[in-house]
Amino acid sequence: MGIGIRIENLRKVFDTPPPMAAGGAGFSFAPVRKGPKKKTELVALDGVSFEIRAGEIFGLLGPNGAGKSTTIGILTTRTRPTSGRVFIGEFDVWQQQVEAKRLIGVVPQRPNLDFALTAREILTFHGAYFGQSSKVREQHADRLLEQFKLTDRATHMVRTFSGGMMQRLSIARAMMHDPEVLFLDEPSAGLDPQTRLLLWEIIREYNRQGKTIVLTTHYMDEADALCERLAIIDHGKIIAEGTPQGLKAAIPGGYIIRLRFNRVDAELTSELSAIGGVTQVRVLDETGADVYADRGGQLIGPIVNAAQDAGFEVHDVHISEPSLENLFLHHTGRSLRD
Amino acid sequence: MNWKTFFALLARDRHVVRRNLIPMLLQNLLQPLLFTFVFGRVMTASGMMPAAYKSMLLPGVMAISMVLAGVQAVAMPLITEFQFTREIEDRLLAPIEIGWLAVEKIVAGMIQAMFAGLVVIPAAWLLMGSGVHLDFGRPFEFLAVALLVALFSSSGGLALGCSVGQTQIGLMFSLVLAPMMMFGCAYYPWSALESFPVLHIAVLVNPLVYASEGLRGALVPNVPHMNTLVVIGALAVIDAGLLVLGLRKFRQKAVS
Repeated sequence: MGIGIRIENLRKVFDTPPPMAAGGAGFSFAPVRKGPKKKTELVALDGVSFEIRAGEIFGLLGPNGAGKSTTIGILTTRTRPTSGRVFIGEFDVWQQQVEAKRLIGVVPQRPNLDFALTAREILTFHGAYFGQSSKVREQHADRLLEQFKLTDRATHMVRTFSGGMMQRLSIARAMMHDPEVLFLDEPSAGLDPQTRLLLWEIIREYNRQGKTIVLTTHYMDEADALCERLAIIDHGKIIAEGTPQGLKAAIPGGYIIRLRFNRVDAELTSELSAIGGVTQVRVLDETGADVYADRGGQLIGPIVNAAQDAGFEVHDVHISEPSLENLFLHHTGRSLRD
Repeated sequence: MNWKTFFALLARDRHVVRRNLIPMLLQNLLQPLLFTFVFGRVMTASGMMPAAYKSMLLPGVMAISMVLAGVQAVAMPLITEFQFTREIEDRLLAPIEIGWLAVEKIVAGMIQAMFAGLVVIPAAWLLMGSGVHLDFGRPFEFLAVALLVALFSSSGGLALGCSVGQTQIGLMFSLVLAPMMMFGCAYYPWSALESFPVLHIAVLVNPLVYASEGLRGALVPNVPHMNTLVVIGALAVIDAGLLVLGLRKFRQKAVS
């Protein structure tokens, strides 16, 4: 079956500093007069609405402080919305908290493991909170410890764990009660590349069982590789929504063809600019040029021909597909890392 | 109400307490018991205190131990768990209304406070030697007072634990717990303050006064003490107030 999520006109204003989960810079500061004293309020979410379909991997992409963690916080009962409603399946998260909590597993941005327990106990007690019998929770704990390569540290107190191990254990814990919806807030922050790939594989595998996955990230490649659909959020507003391919295709001239010639001059650039589909030609140095175009591979033939006809020799060609990085730039005029 | 989850949360706390049992007992009981030894044994044996002081002292020491145990059992873990690491979040996400997590903390604290109080009786008895005369003729009165004291200590721990940050723990001890212990009529009966009229009235805001006087009334009724009904009434009001305050603070802390 699978469980979908609906978010309706969500607004969150922090009148005290936002929780650490909500990150730092990037909030819009809206000083509002409240009573006799001036109070600085932080608008973290400003009318956010979108839907996450049952059984999909959905990504919330945006820079630090865009409102990703606040959205996840509201969806997971940890942050109270100022207004608006969120539904997990049929349950209104803020009216039917307990029912909603049964359906979700949460991996927070920073590991929030129970430091008074060992790795294994963290999993088994988590299972117990969700009413699992001792047999079931032992089995699940063993399987997850194995899957996340933590078996040899199972009986150690988690305060001795490295950051990556804590992150792995947080994810294992979130999967312990086999939730229908798994929330991962910046899951691969602080993971080495190898563990990151392991994590991606585990997420895909979990998704194949019909589970809905919601993740936030500020890594373009992660969103691109993992997510079926994306929402791009900035300053508490959704600025674009769709499949990664669809979003990228929406940018005019989203392809960049990086070319190397024996030499580059004005004659060459005007020849290249004349090719249909090319929006811009930018000279890099004496031998390099970038061609911005609405197509990729199909343009290589015409480019090579035009260059040869004019007496230039092509040495190297590299096509970059439209990227989400470009997309963010296109929508906000800023790079994701700003 | 989801009892499975509630008992699982309680089992988690029991597990953690058991792992830290010895340091926890030392933390809660060593100081009152040392006091018992010095004042109940050394001072009385040397004749500087009358022998009757022993019986008067024991209920007060019991009250202090219960309050320290309950407050610390609830407040200290909460202060840590609500800090930067938000260790408590896993339990907040358990399928139970979050208020029940606070109730669970209170129940766990009450159990520890009762345990600490009951341990004090034989321990103090042993430390003070002969001459302690306890009267167990009023078991229900004793139980009622003890339960109310335990509830006071753990709901007070909840309110404190949700109001105090990690950097203010030292301040919490020196500003809240130390004056409470000194002016809690634990080491002297309330009637001893009659010669200090202002203090005699002022200490009535201190819940420990009712705890000490109530246990004194239940265990050594021949020592002057406050009327038990007054004690029970006052403790019930204090408990209710702290419970409401603690639960509200807990909710504020739990959800941002």
